[in-house]
Amino acid sequence: MASSGHGSGRQEAADRRLRLIAGHLHPRIAASECKAEAAESDPVRAKTVPKRRQEVMKWNGWGYSDSRFLFNKKGQAEFTGRRYRLGGLIFPSLKDWFESTFGANLQHKSPPTAALNSSAITPPNLNEPFLQDLKSMGIPHSLEAEDRVFRAHGHCLHEIFALREGRFGRLPDMVVWPNCHDDVVKIVELACQHNACLIPYGGGTSVSSALECPPDEMRSIVSLDTSQMNHILWIDEKNLTAHVEAGIVGQELERLLNESGFCTGHEPDSMEFSTLGGWVATRASGMKKNIYGNIEDLVVHIKMVTPRGVVEKSCQVPRMSTGPDIHHFIMGSEGTLGVVTEVTLKIRPLPEYQKYGSVVFPNFEQGVACLREVAKQRCAPASIRLMDNAQFQFGHALKPQVSSIFTSFLDGLKKFYITKFKGFDTHRLCVATLLFEGDREKVLQHEKQVYDIAAKFGGLAAGEDNGQRGYMLTFVIAYLRDLGMDYYVIGESFETSVPWDRVLDLCRNVKERITRECKERGVQFPPMSTCRVTQTYDAGACVYFYFAFNYRGLADPVHVYEQVEHAAREEILANGGSLSHHHGGMALHDEGSRWGTSAGIWAGARIRF
Amino acid sequence: MASRTLYSQRDPALKKRDDFEDILEERRNSSDLKYALKCYMPVLYKGVTPCKPSMIKTMVLQSEQLRYVVTELSKETGEATEVIQGEALAILEEMAHKLHLGTVRFFAYMLNKAFKVLYQRIRVNEDGIQRLQQAIQEHPLVLLPSHRSYMDFLIVSYLLYTNDLALPVIAAGMDFLGMKFVGEMLRMSGAFFIRRSFGGDRLYWAVFSEYVKTILRNGYAPIEFFLEGTRSRTCKSLTPKVGLLSIAMEPFFKGEVFDVSMVPISISYERVLEEALYARELLGVPKPKESTSGLLKARRILSEDYGNIHVYFGQPVSLRSLAQGRINRSQYNLMPRHISRRPGEDVQVFVNDVAYKMVRLQEESMVLRPWVLVATILLQNPHGVEAVWLAEQTAWLRGLAQAFGAFLDWPDHISASRAVASGLALHPNLVRAERGRVRLATEPKGPGARAPEEDLFNHAVTVLSCASYRNQVLHVFLRPALLAMAMDVAPTSRKDDVYSCFGYLRDVFSNEFILCPGAEVQDFDEACFLLTKCSAIQILKQDIVATERGRPTLSFLSAMFQPFLLGYQVVCRYLCEEVAESLPEKSYVAGVRSYAVKRILSGELACLEVLSSDLQKNVLAALLRMGALRKSKAGELVTLRVNKSAINTIENTLGGRVSTQKPVLARL
Repeated sequence: MASSGHGSGRQEAADRRLRLIAGHLHPRIAASECKAEAAESDPVRAKTVPKRRQEVMKWNGWGYSDSRFLFNKKGQAEFTGRRYRLGGLIFPSLKDWFESTFGANLQHKSPPTAALNSSAITPPNLNEPFLQDLKSMGIPHSLEAEDRVFRAHGHCLHEIFALREGRFGRLPDMVVWPNCHDDVVKIVELACQHNACLIPYGGGTSVSSALECPPDEMRSIVSLDTSQMNHILWIDEKNLTAHVEAGIVGQELERLLNESGFCTGHEPDSMEFSTLGGWVATRASGMKKNIYGNIEDLVVHIKMVTPRGVVEKSCQVPRMSTGPDIHHFIMGSEGTLGVVTEVTLKIRPLPEYQKYGSVVFPNFEQGVACLREVAKQRCAPASIRLMDNAQFQFGHALKPQVSSIFTSFLDGLKKFYITKFKGFDTHRLCVATLLFEGDREKVLQHEKQVYDIAAKFGGLAAGEDNGQRGYMLTFVIAYLRDLGMDYYVIGESFETSVPWDRVLDLCRNVKERITRECKERGVQFPPMSTCRVTQTYDAGACVYFYFAFNYRGLADPVHVYEQVEHAAREEILANGGSLSHHHGGMALHDEGSRWGTSAGIWAGARIRF
Repeated sequence: MASRTLYSQRDPALKKRDDFEDILEERRNSSDLKYALKCYMPVLYKGVTPCKPSMIKTMVLQSEQLRYVVTELSKETGEATEVIQGEALAILEEMAHKLHLGTVRFFAYMLNKAFKVLYQRIRVNEDGIQRLQQAIQEHPLVLLPSHRSYMDFLIVSYLLYTNDLALPVIAAGMDFLGMKFVGEMLRMSGAFFIRRSFGGDRLYWAVFSEYVKTILRNGYAPIEFFLEGTRSRTCKSLTPKVGLLSIAMEPFFKGEVFDVSMVPISISYERVLEEALYARELLGVPKPKESTSGLLKARRILSEDYGNIHVYFGQPVSLRSLAQGRINRSQYNLMPRHISRRPGEDVQVFVNDVAYKMVRLQEESMVLRPWVLVATILLQNPHGVEAVWLAEQTAWLRGLAQAFGAFLDWPDHISASRAVASGLALHPNLVRAERGRVRLATEPKGPGARAPEEDLFNHAVTVLSCASYRNQVLHVFLRPALLAMAMDVAPTSRKDDVYSCFGYLRDVFSNEFILCPGAEVQDFDEACFLLTKCSAIQILKQDIVATERGRPTLSFLSAMFQPFLLGYQVVCRYLCEEVAESLPEKSYVAGVRSYAVKRILSGELACLEVLSSDLQKNVLAALLRMGALRKSKAGELVTLRVNKSAINTIENTLGGRVSTQKPVLARL
């Protein structure tokens, strides 16, 4: 971690946030320098994601191998490893919450198959000429089963569920690691020449089934892993831009820019593992988009290698009006049009000060009204999110064991004040979490403005801790899903964007639809079906749903899950929402023609470069 | 649908129905006052906090929907928004209910007293009440009772109050407000009042629809209205009106509520309070002059026995499940929801289908007393029958009705003759039993020389009253009877000929009976199934033929609907013979009536039901729909232009003289 001395406020703030999500060191694996780059002045190099990712990351679950939730012998939940601040902490109320929410029981375990059985994997279908040419070019590759399995999936429920059961579908036949743009050009040329299939692979965090290999594909499938293309090629302080290779992982990009006193401010929940190229390919959105913008606002220039050559603009300018913007064909194309290799991004000086906050509202309706007002006045902080009651309870269950009696006494007092004195109903209240960023004075001023608005809607300031814990939830949720899957609980998240006036109706109807569909499909216990308003815009909001249930007694839980999710999406569309705000999912759009979204044109249109 | 479905048809006779319990029994044994003052704590929708009527008014006035219309109107007319807002308030004042528990208790007390005198029993399906209690908590509720008497207004609220359920808000016609005192009383017991017609008035429409939707969206109270729009004077279900229903569905289509439950309620009276009034109204005869005061009149009503009332609360129907796969709700996504617009074609068709479905559900759960069967038989034998034969025939008809799925209230241990006798006893004004013979009652010729017309009308009152009982059972026999009639008029017994005749008759009568639009095939299959089941017909490869055993059944069914067939023919003949080219719409009913009276008095026509203005209006609607008549407007005057050849064809076809000209459908 960069600790450049003076412990100034702004440095501390930046570090704190980074420590929350990162704070780990990878063994650096030497990669051969790209020949094309060798002559250039030494670029800033990120800590490389190892080629053999399975050495540090789970092959059948989320994140690092050493970091996971588990119930210890005493039945208490704990988080292992040293990478996160949560490492080694005990979560005393998680068990009760888990058991009462899902009707789950610690006695009923559904553990995954222990290890990857390489012999169960079909040998690769190799394209020999391709392989020979690749070897002659000296581009690293692998045919190993473990490498192939790792790149055969994203993190959709059905993908992880199959892995845990030791089931593998069609796998990529080999993995290649280009070191730079030119390598990618060569690989794409070879693939065209020898009729091989390329699937670009960045962080592997896709939740849109985009990494699934088509089972009926007869050609050899090559997974193009961009992880070695992770340099910041240059930083332009005059124009506040940085030119970066697309394989760089979010947290590394941020760390390196921070060292030079900058940031992109783009922080999707997956930023520990997802890559710049992936963000571009899926039209990603970051938590702090209110200040920094979404990926489409951040991108200045994109270089993409397509089968017909390289696509890029001839200049690095803020805006152009010569025809449709080619960037908008690339963003959201999910790797179907080509491989994004280099991107110029806007950067900003590191903010001086950062502050979390939270507000309790008596009910969800009031909370939404407040967020709407904040959006109307255009004074949204870097991040503002409103969790419904169920999600508030969920966040509450993740409260670590308190060390002193005094803190627990204080907590009790707070609860007493809110429920008894202010008359909030613990089964209806909901919490907005806030993150302010900027120079100290302005942050404090901004904070006051937002709290004043909140007060008009019955909101009470509820402290920094609650806010911070709320954000933590989004980073550990994927680890929690793995825990659930150990005990017959499966779940996933999905999201939508929706006009303001329909937010409440959509949230209520979708949650109710989920509950109803689960019941109709024989799910034994009521599911967890919860949402939060996670982004605000002038004309609407982004709503994020968590949905999980106990699948004991179901013959085909994944199928049930998918049916319910399908119904939920249908309900979203009927209530004026979109198929996705930021997860992407052209796979969904294939169904889109049936669902009547205009995105269906992607399936038919052939864009020529 | 292929005719294979014939074999998978669900047997209506196997339909499961709830049991009834008499709620008057308990009332007879306990204090009315205590009952009226009982603790009333109804369960509410999702624990919604009760809302004062005045609050609802404020919400409506401040709603975006209304404000939008007010602004639009102000832009168009140049009038200040405050003025229009004021008009809206006035409309709302005139419309809104003022539910007041004290008044409800008062009504409950009075009704208790009245019911105990008027009725032997009020029987309700307890399971239905239980379901209702559940449904109230889950989703906003729409109650859809059948409408055959003023009593319907009171009885549903009375039952809900008795069972500690949330009182409904009831849509009532403005005519009630004419009765100043009664109107306000009804208002305080939950009625709200709507004008009979307000076609062009956008402000009225906006206030009205927003009022209904506000109550529904928030689930403050169940909404109750009558799909049929008005009381059925004939005890036959009326073609449903869809306006209010489509308003009630809108919050669901727009995603403002998760679902709406619709509960059909069938209220059947063994003897309708308004019986004689209805018949006179249908005949256009003024009420008999009464020398006594209104009070005495009321007392006369109280001194008579009106038998049983059966109230059947049907299974709540989820709007969401009905709309699944039929309505694409995202069509509402492209405009702000507070701007109302004409619903799309698919929505209109859907609303109409649901309305028909709900009326059919009401019909199916109407409880039929043995007397209904007796009336059916007597009407076919106007000169009277042997009592013994009547009992036999009634027992036979009972079997047939049950096979067709009728909801008969006729316990097994009651013999046919006893059932007949009790029916006769309850209707002394309609039937006479003398020396082992039973016949319709006709007033003995009075001492004064009365005009033959007067005699005729007096007789017609009896016939139409009697017909109103037969009408209650028509829905059970309708489809098989249409098939029986089609077999009569079809030129050959070939399936496709019979089917096209069936389709034709069904089309002609679709204003008369509840026949769901677009369900010809299902109806035909159902008719075939039922008649095959009772072995009245045989379906061969190419033909449909009557069996020897089935002939009496078929001719009975045809005879049951003969009055309608004749009625339609008579009207057609009138239009052909008496009308030159066109006639004013106003003089239509009177014209048909005097033509029919002439024909009856001259002995050419024996069917008195032709005199019913309900039938006459239905024929008018049917002829307009089929294009045989055309309306043209000149100022205030509406004229009907007659297409003689078309009418001639219809008449001949109904008489079985010409084969139907409808193209044969490919399915057969």
